[in-house]
Amino acid sequence: MTALLEFDRLNVTFKGERTVYAINDLSLKLEQGEMLVLLGESGSGKSVTLKTLLRLLPPARTQISGGIKVNGTDIMTLSGRSLQDYRGGDVSMVFQEPALALDPVYRIGDQISEAVRRKKRVSREEARNVALDMLRRVRIPSPERRMMNFPHELSGGMRQRVMIALALACRPRLLLADEPTTALDATVQIQILLLLRELQKEFGMGVIFVTHDIGVAVEISDRIAVMYAGQIIEEGSTHEVINDAHHPYTRGLLAANLHDVERGERLEAIPGVPPSLEEKPKACSFAPRCPNAMPECRDKLPPVIEIGARRRVACFLAQQAVAAE
Amino acid sequence: MFAYVIRRLLLVLPVAFGVSIICFLLVHIAPGDPLTAIMAVDATAEEQAAMRAAYGLDRPLPVQFLFWLGNLFQGDLGNSIATGRPVAGEVWRAVQNSLLLAVTASLIAFPIGLLLGFLAGYFRDSWLDKLVTSIAIAGVSVPNYWLGMVLVIIFAVKLAWLPAMGAGPAGSDGWTFDWLHIRHLILPAITLAVVPIGIVARTVRALVGDIFHMDFVMALYAKGMSNFDVLIHVIRNAAATALSVIGLQMGALLGGSILIETVFNWPGSGMLLSNAIFQRDLPLLQGTILVLAMFFVTANLVVDILQAAIDPRIKRS
Repeated sequence: MTALLEFDRLNVTFKGERTVYAINDLSLKLEQGEMLVLLGESGSGKSVTLKTLLRLLPPARTQISGGIKVNGTDIMTLSGRSLQDYRGGDVSMVFQEPALALDPVYRIGDQISEAVRRKKRVSREEARNVALDMLRRVRIPSPERRMMNFPHELSGGMRQRVMIALALACRPRLLLADEPTTALDATVQIQILLLLRELQKEFGMGVIFVTHDIGVAVEISDRIAVMYAGQIIEEGSTHEVINDAHHPYTRGLLAANLHDVERGERLEAIPGVPPSLEEKPKACSFAPRCPNAMPECRDKLPPVIEIGARRRVACFLAQQAVAAE
Repeated sequence: MFAYVIRRLLLVLPVAFGVSIICFLLVHIAPGDPLTAIMAVDATAEEQAAMRAAYGLDRPLPVQFLFWLGNLFQGDLGNSIATGRPVAGEVWRAVQNSLLLAVTASLIAFPIGLLLGFLAGYFRDSWLDKLVTSIAIAGVSVPNYWLGMVLVIIFAVKLAWLPAMGAGPAGSDGWTFDWLHIRHLILPAITLAVVPIGIVARTVRALVGDIFHMDFVMALYAKGMSNFDVLIHVIRNAAATALSVIGLQMGALLGGSILIETVFNWPGSGMLLSNAIFQRDLPLLQGTILVLAMFFVTANLVVDILQAAIDPRIKRS
């Protein structure tokens, strides 16, 4: 079976008044039906990765190299109608702010059915029924009435449910979720997470879930890929990454988390700030903040070490550890 | 929607009342005595007092106002001091002429302004955008009475293609839709259209540019919509605001064409107004201002209701 998604040495560069090397040599593989969390802080390139995958970045200012295959198809070759069919058909996206991602002057029923009509070329009536069915599946109460509502008439949680219904209406093989719970209240967050998890099982689709919240990552993911400065610095199953983190950055993230901390105890924050990415990284991007940094970390790019099945770390320390065995 | 329309209609009453008070007061507070314009220079104090009583100008202001308001409800705006003819008829004739000019200017200005603004917003930062922005700034900045005179010099004096003034050939006693009359409409309508073209183009450019950068546009592409589909969404989002700008400009075209009407000697409300001012013709001045103000109020009312019909976010508040 072909992999659902394969990034092969993806590079994304934004040209403009200043150049930004947003994604640097990112490789990633996702199997069918897997739930992967892309974990990282703001500016680490998580959202850019998702937008690249849907070809949503402005072509005039963006330079993309490397391979992106979805179900074996190179999506960089798509254009026109085939690109439109791919977007929202094979791969669709749930945005961070449902209040901004829904068109304010269209009824939500129409927003869902117009997507269905474009993809499936069905009648207005059928598209409406699909939309209604989707609203039921995301557990929106009295969906018939909600169909006629405008986005501003719904609560934040309901709007995100609508967004999910919209994204899943054409049964994508891969769902991209860009911090879909960040804008929501804590209690609503957990409902949306559980809903996403359930729907993922029900539809058997792959999900890439972007977040900066380790708690959320642990809650829902099968696998975790940790991003830093436009690269994946550690990848593995959720269990492995959480319990046996190898990269100092991953360990730092885990230590900075609130769990198992006594009241009054200082949280261990990672010192320093992420790099600006105005130059292409030539050494380990994390070295300036790393407590274990060695001289070579500042000279060379760290190697990507396979330390297990589908388990990778990009770090000189891991290289030493493997060599020692 | 129905409730909103009713509420909005009821809101017109206090506004109209306020407008009528202001119209009345403005004219009475302004310095100068209306009678000096029509009385003989050597009129005695008794004669002046008699004339004052005849026009009711000797009574206290609130009483004058109530009488004026009472007559207003019967469609009586009083008689012109200068000509002695009923104000209502004079204003009505002038307003018809102004309306004709304003509507023609609108038909020129709004489609052009909307199109230019949309193109500039869609192709933001391109050469087209820069061109449109320059046109818009020029349109807003150039004094339109000056432009009117320039057009007259070129097309009426030098080329002699079009007439320089008036609303019809000599001896015509009213508007008809034939070439002889329409020729007179062309220059003033174009001159009048220049400012609203600039204002509408600039507003729509900013509006469309902003909407294209909103998240939902990316979300529309993400769900596989074509460029054309996205365009329709953007237009529907821009419609309500564009409409309100157009409505306000329509009101301004009706009332604000004093200079243009004077330059082209167009017998509209603007000319009537300027005549009334120079002749200190109080009833005529009051009546004209009132009617123009009511046009403004009505234009705003229509825009508000149309906006609510287009934009679902408005009804709630």
